[in-house]
Amino acid sequence: MTGLMLFMRRIWPQLMTLAVIVGLISIMFPGFFQISIANGRLYGSPIDILNRGAPVALLAIGMTLVIATRGIDLSVGAVMAICGAVSAWGITEGYGLAATLAMALAAGLACGLWNGILVAVLGIQPIVATLILMVAGRGIAQLITEGAILTFNHEGLIFFGSGSLLTIPTPVIIGVVTGAIVTLIVRRSALGMLIEAIGINLRASTLAGVNTRVLLIAVYMTSGLCAALAGIIAAADIRGADANNAGLWLELDAILAVVIGGTSLLGGRFSLVASMIGALIIQAVNTGILLSGFPPEFNLIIKAVIILIILVLQSPTMRTVLVFFSREPAGASDKDKETVAP
Amino acid sequence: MSLNARLLPLAATLVIFLVAYAVCYAQYPAMLSTRVIGNLLTDNAFLGIVAVGMTFVIISGGIDLSVGSVIAFAGVFIAVMLRDTSLHPLTVFSLLLLLTTLFGASMGAVIHYLEMPAFIVTLAGMFLARGMAYVLSIDAVPITHEFYDYMQRLYWLMPGKGRLTLIGGLMLLVVVAGSLLAHRTRFGMNVYAIGGGAQTASLMGVPLARTTMAIYALSGLLAGLAGIVFSIYTSAGYSLATVGVELDAIAAVVIGGTLLTGGSGFVAGTLIGVLIMGLIQTYIIFDGSLSSWWTKILIGMLLFAFIVLQKGLVWTTAKRRIAGG
Repeated sequence: MTGLMLFMRRIWPQLMTLAVIVGLISIMFPGFFQISIANGRLYGSPIDILNRGAPVALLAIGMTLVIATRGIDLSVGAVMAICGAVSAWGITEGYGLAATLAMALAAGLACGLWNGILVAVLGIQPIVATLILMVAGRGIAQLITEGAILTFNHEGLIFFGSGSLLTIPTPVIIGVVTGAIVTLIVRRSALGMLIEAIGINLRASTLAGVNTRVLLIAVYMTSGLCAALAGIIAAADIRGADANNAGLWLELDAILAVVIGGTSLLGGRFSLVASMIGALIIQAVNTGILLSGFPPEFNLIIKAVIILIILVLQSPTMRTVLVFFSREPAGASDKDKETVAP
Repeated sequence: MSLNARLLPLAATLVIFLVAYAVCYAQYPAMLSTRVIGNLLTDNAFLGIVAVGMTFVIISGGIDLSVGSVIAFAGVFIAVMLRDTSLHPLTVFSLLLLLTTLFGASMGAVIHYLEMPAFIVTLAGMFLARGMAYVLSIDAVPITHEFYDYMQRLYWLMPGKGRLTLIGGLMLLVVVAGSLLAHRTRFGMNVYAIGGGAQTASLMGVPLARTTMAIYALSGLLAGLAGIVFSIYTSAGYSLATVGVELDAIAAVVIGGTLLTGGSGFVAGTLIGVLIMGLIQTYIIFDGSLSSWWTKILIGMLLFAFIVLQKGLVWTTAKRRIAGG
């Protein structure tokens, strides 16, 4: 029970934010919560938020683990483009669905392995190490698609983008299942704790006997795998691989989702669920802006304001201020506080 | 690091540039004409200017992701102001430079006072600047002003009929001014000191708050200037322009031999970094059969090579220091 209480307390701010945003939208649009079933699939704005938020939520899973180790993975957008290109190429070359998916996932793992080796073995700062693939990745994706937008018409592959299972859209299922599997792996074993240990102090963890090198590589490979899944969904959704625009700037959305989820960029404690809710918050804001008829131009400004607010709340300076005020003598009423505070 | 070790990345950059140019020249003798050189400078003028600002930021151990958006904002701002008001372009320029400098300074203030990573703060700045550009105008706004025509016609005819345009010359001027600022002023010394270690620098008496704000203000100022140059280059302002230029600038700085961990680097190296990237593009245009995506892959490979080279250098000097006791 206490474990559940602690968990709820951890994701409380994120859930509240999501509820407030959804509440605001539903006040402005009473029809927001209308969900209908057509062609064996759920339709409606809340479903749309889940469906559109799935790729960023997937990226956020890997990104959370990477950021927990005090790293960052800038390449996920480019990896999405590569894996989308691989899956489109595989299916048009007639390799069959299973082989195509395997190749796309393997490409994601290979990208993660590359990043992981640069970070863990060569000891390059994560932001720099993943920058290489971020710059070169789209070039590689274009190399695979030969510069064109590779389109395909394979029902099996399209299913991953716009299909549904038991009326629930496939991307949502992939996102939830991946989130559940990764959460189980890191929380039902000591792995999560070890990842947090690396983020808090890499050297100390190594000296304490944690195999930091292998663990770091595994974390970056997880991020690559999540990016591969998101890339397959993105390609299947538009029935084609667009090397230039697939996953463009999604790495920033994923980082933002993790930050909204309350995982510190300085590494350490993390929450996968909170990050995924963070991804939904971003998508809810996007959908809300679209629904409200606000010009979509304001989207970026609102995002910037959200980041700034979170930064202020998370900053060490602010924490010092909060600690200062919470250290008032016990029993002091609000009135007393006002007179004490300068 | 000794001076020699610090000069090595710069020397490597220079050698790579000369070798690459020689290879290009061997295939296409026309590459050595001043026309090609003039175009190389003109086409990469805005990137060179913004990369000088990025050099200062990276030497101080930070990063500025907002510059691409600031360039786009600058272009749209100029175009809209010239369309809707009767202000002279020079007045608009000074207004814009004031705006972008203040924008950079406030990002620096947030980074210093809230103690947040530069990465995430400038990410917010990137969204904000791009959003402001969208709000001003979604469509591309053409610039038609006789002063713009005048500036575009200004050039110095080099021997061999190459043209050193106004914006190309401006870029070279910025590089020279940047070098002087980095190596000959107290501000420059402070930037290097902060990159070497903020706490140490603070104990040495470097004014951290003022310098951090000045570094990002300088980056903002140069991004604004790059925006002006870009608007002269394209005669238009478009809010979707220059997406990803911050990455090109960072890549140019790293290829130019500046250490991404901060504390070491040269402004002149950044110019060569920009020219190497421009040279790859020129070669691909000359060749005609190579596809444009090879630019990205080649730049990625160069980035990798330089980062590994730097890592090796840091590693060997650290080892030598231990061995030397």
